[in-house]
Amino acid sequence: MAQFISRRVGYCLLSLLLLSLTIFFFVRVTGDPAALLVEPGASAADIAAIHERFGLDRPLWEQYGLFMWALAHGDLGQSFYYQTPVSELYLSRLPYSLLLAAAAMVFSLVIGIPSGVLASVRVGRFWDSAGKLFALLGLSLPSFWVGLVLILIFSVYLRWLPSSGAGTPAHLIMPAFALGWYFAAAHMRLTRSSMLDVLGSEYIKLARLKGLPEALVIAKHAFKNALIPVITLAGINLVIMINVAVVVETVFAWPGIGRLLYEGITFRDFPVVQGVVLLGGAMIIVVNLAIDIMYAVIDPRIRLER
Amino acid sequence: MSTPADVISLPSPQPVTTRSRLRWLGSFPVIPTTILVIIALVALFADQLAPHDPEIGSLTARFKPPFWQTGGTTKYLLGTDQLGRDVLSRLIFGARVSMVVGLTAVVFAGVLGTFLGIVSGYLGGWVDQVIMRITDTWLALPALTFAIFLAAIVGPSMWNIVFILGLTYWTRYARVVRGEVLSLREREFVRLAVVAGCSKWTIMMRHILPNVVNSAVVLASLMLGVVIITEATLSFLGIGVPPPQPAWGLMLSDGKQGLMVGYWWLTVFPGCCIMLMVLSANLLGDWLRVKLDPQLRQL
Repeated sequence: MAQFISRRVGYCLLSLLLLSLTIFFFVRVTGDPAALLVEPGASAADIAAIHERFGLDRPLWEQYGLFMWALAHGDLGQSFYYQTPVSELYLSRLPYSLLLAAAAMVFSLVIGIPSGVLASVRVGRFWDSAGKLFALLGLSLPSFWVGLVLILIFSVYLRWLPSSGAGTPAHLIMPAFALGWYFAAAHMRLTRSSMLDVLGSEYIKLARLKGLPEALVIAKHAFKNALIPVITLAGINLVIMINVAVVVETVFAWPGIGRLLYEGITFRDFPVVQGVVLLGGAMIIVVNLAIDIMYAVIDPRIRLER
Repeated sequence: MSTPADVISLPSPQPVTTRSRLRWLGSFPVIPTTILVIIALVALFADQLAPHDPEIGSLTARFKPPFWQTGGTTKYLLGTDQLGRDVLSRLIFGARVSMVVGLTAVVFAGVLGTFLGIVSGYLGGWVDQVIMRITDTWLALPALTFAIFLAAIVGPSMWNIVFILGLTYWTRYARVVRGEVLSLREREFVRLAVVAGCSKWTIMMRHILPNVVNSAVVLASLMLGVVIITEATLSFLGIGVPPPQPAWGLMLSDGKQGLMVGYWWLTVFPGCCIMLMVLSANLLGDWLRVKLDPQLRQL
């Protein structure tokens, strides 16, 4: 077990290192980072000053060392627009992102799991086809367009919900729907296939042979086990939601991390963009590690796998 | 993707007769394919089809509604935007952007990913380790965030978007192709090729590549929708296709200004175009997956 965990942690550290290298590499290779740091039309002297100030005139490996040194101390640089450390900005926006992601997750599970179960119990019939259509629509509609249409219907025509901002529960409804929509479809698909998997297994046959009522077989024996992969996916998706909410947050002016990323882009506030992407990737790598270890604790077979 | 349940529901293999050939074609998604062909034709003949110039508007005709609403004229069938440009013409030229970006990005990602997957799977060793570690790390990044990061540093242009989408999505091909190559390299025909003295390059390109093309094509068809949505998203955020070029995502971004005053046509029409195209691509991809995926075909 200890060996398994240490190997996984090793891989995780390697991934984090590669992530930082990737970000560092693309920033340096795609152009002069100084050009990203100054206003368009800055003089050559300004750019030279920036080069010296940020150590861009030094050799690449030394620059990477400095970059990593700062990262290791939790220093993601200074935002040019807000004139505050990026890490502070990030932390101030994180609660909003978590709130939105949690609401979207609840929505996606409330829609996705029952419809997935229904589709699996009625395979090949009406509810299954309806579920398939829903899943396909969920995966085919861009979330920002869903958001725009929601605003059009519920804010412009019906005037029921506020179109932007945060603060009251009413502000949360539309962004959560727009963000959760895609994930509801994904959760529905997985619930369906996982349920079908379990329903075909031996112990379900046994439960039926025992003469248990079908409803009990599905609710007690099948559903509980089918839920395991869905919950795992939901865990990963929660982290992904925080990081891909950028369009939904932009549409609804929701003050989360996604909005911070968008502001970073529009104000050419490069340290912010870099910081948000780095932290997002790191978050996902760490969550994957946690899930791997949890699975190994539950299922000994995974530990022995190479 | 391939669930055992799907396998169970498939009919058992039957001798190939004309009838079963017909059945093979029977589930062919006619409507989605037709829609994709129409969009492709519209993209190809945009210059002939568009009634107006998509980039030049008349400021006297701003925010005209579609022709069936009061205030609309048949001169601008689907209305005009904030610069008085014809929405229909912009949609027509937008099809070109979506098609070109979608197809080239999918092919670029496919070629890169398939090549690295083959090299990684066949050569093994440290090459495999390096490529797979990079693949894992890049897969961990949410594709959209990574694309946004790249777009923010390289600046907006249509070909940059193709490059970015290719760099973002090659990892999925690499992962799948490598898995297949791992089992292919143990097969007899590959061993015989080694004995016959073929170089590693020849084996990879002549013997292994043809056997993984199926999977790459299936993946490509499923990726098309994802790529189109990502392009629209980047354009919507202002880091994709630069204005005044007509792209559907950019049109949605422009339409946002008129949304609160009820200029619905600027939001609804481009979104419907994206939806139709992505939905069709996904339906076609699903069909191809069932037909070409060896696992699902029970081969």
